[in-house]
Amino acid sequence: MSLEVRLEQRLGAFTLDIAFTTKGRVTALFGPSGAGKSSVVAAVAGLSRPRQGHIAVNGRVLFDGASVFVPPEARRIAVVFQEARLFPHMNVEDNLKFGWRRALNKADAATISHVIELLGLEQLLRRQPKALSGGEKSRVALGRALLAAPDMLLLDEPLVALDQPRRDEILPYLEKLARETKLPMLYVSHQLDEVARLADEIVVLENGRVTAQGPVFDMLTDVGAIAGVPPLGAVFEATVVEHQSDGLTRLNFVGGVLFVPHLRQAVGVKVRVRLRAEDIMLALTEPTGISANNVLACTVTDIRMLGDHADVQLLCGAIKLVSRITEASRARLKLERGLKLYGVVKAVTVAREAG
Amino acid sequence: MGEGLSPAEAEALWLSLRISSVAILSALPLAFLTALLLVRRRFWGAGLVETAVYLPLVLPPVAVGYLLLAAFGGRGALGGWLYASFGIRFVFSWTGAALASALITFPLQVRAIRQALEATDRGLIAAARTLGARPFDRLVNITLPLALPGIVSGAITAFAASLGEFGAIITFVSNIPGETQTLPLAIYAALQAPGGEMAAARLCTLSILLAVIFVSLGDLAAKRIWR
Repeated sequence: MSLEVRLEQRLGAFTLDIAFTTKGRVTALFGPSGAGKSSVVAAVAGLSRPRQGHIAVNGRVLFDGASVFVPPEARRIAVVFQEARLFPHMNVEDNLKFGWRRALNKADAATISHVIELLGLEQLLRRQPKALSGGEKSRVALGRALLAAPDMLLLDEPLVALDQPRRDEILPYLEKLARETKLPMLYVSHQLDEVARLADEIVVLENGRVTAQGPVFDMLTDVGAIAGVPPLGAVFEATVVEHQSDGLTRLNFVGGVLFVPHLRQAVGVKVRVRLRAEDIMLALTEPTGISANNVLACTVTDIRMLGDHADVQLLCGAIKLVSRITEASRARLKLERGLKLYGVVKAVTVAREAG
Repeated sequence: MGEGLSPAEAEALWLSLRISSVAILSALPLAFLTALLLVRRRFWGAGLVETAVYLPLVLPPVAVGYLLLAAFGGRGALGGWLYASFGIRFVFSWTGAALASALITFPLQVRAIRQALEATDRGLIAAARTLGARPFDRLVNITLPLALPGIVSGAITAFAASLGEFGAIITFVSNIPGETQTLPLAIYAALQAPGGEMAAARLCTLSILLAVIFVSLGDLAAKRIWR
């Protein structure tokens, strides 16, 4: 897909001046609250009309200054809102089919069953929204948006109203969606871990402006790419090569080999792997006799001092990693750019199958 | 109410229920449209419409009855035309009583519907828009069903108020047993006749009973709000 957004808007003392173009399938719009994310959502969905700007999806112009304004009901952009916004006077099935009934190119019965199955909604169809849990509501809202057969899916912090267990319940569905459907998505969030699991590309918003943009793999490890937010660590792709008899699964990536507890994915499948900055310890000599399964040879490429701790950017093969250590450790190890050392990985998170 | 209702009293009860039902139901669509207009509130003269709608609430009912008589009476401009063109006559007829009741209770209906419309979640309307629902579609499938409990509650409350309407009816269509003599008018007639206190007391008790029943029903309907 291609999404073109250019917006100029004044909201009291706050000025929004945003421009970005993205070709990623899942683009994350990331930024703290008050950065202007909601304004972008409203403008792209057509629920607000900015003073000036230009919005186009796949070359179809939806908004252009004073000359073009396609109303939301004709935009074919389905929105999943922060609150599920299910229609309380309709059961789950009627909610799911609300957009479908009004779509120009209606999904066939097989697609409907597939979406219902994908989101695990089979048992809920006859229920009223008020009888659903928060997580179930989110899944229905997601299904309703999908079945509207939109050109693009706009997810406006769909998990923000949920507690952590509910988030963990929904995230796998979103990952499946990101992987299986070919639907372009704009995912708005201020949660970096959601972005890391789902997005291909990140647009960073701060104080009404775009401050950074790039592929997720680069953005999350760049020390200082996202100001005010600690780098999350590394996100990269790896391939399952062997399920070993000792219970570990061996993954290959362009920087070396990782061992992780047994994965259900078959050999040959690509997965997205995340190494958190807090989970990488540094050693000047190759450590032996330790419990960690993974020790990676790295080179220091950048260091950012942040008061009592420091973020150290490392290059391991072609992969960038980040290690968060205390300022005291940094001084003791005399870290500097170009130094070769070892990263001891305490934990590896396998986020999802790579799409 | 030991000996039950006399045939004349039963007739007054039946007439009251019939006149109020017709009054409320025929005014409902217009009340809904008026409320919708006032909620959107983006046209020139909205304030004027609002004042006109709420006027019967504060005007003396006798004055409303007189105005109706002036307009719809045999020599009134509207009344003469309606009779000449369609053979419709409001004066001295139960339909005139219904018209008077509808006018007096119109503000109550508009106010209840307006509150229900203002309480509808704008977020749901926005969600419906992004799913492809056009204005009329949204009105019928989202706005109306969501406001329905409020609309029903308002209609029942207006119905209860309509049962008690006196001044406008007696001024406009007089006090004719079996035609325009509703419960309040029957109470008045009973009090005018010598020895009619017992009958008046019975009809009064009946009125209280009806009021309690319909006000409770209205409350019940209001509580069935969608969540």
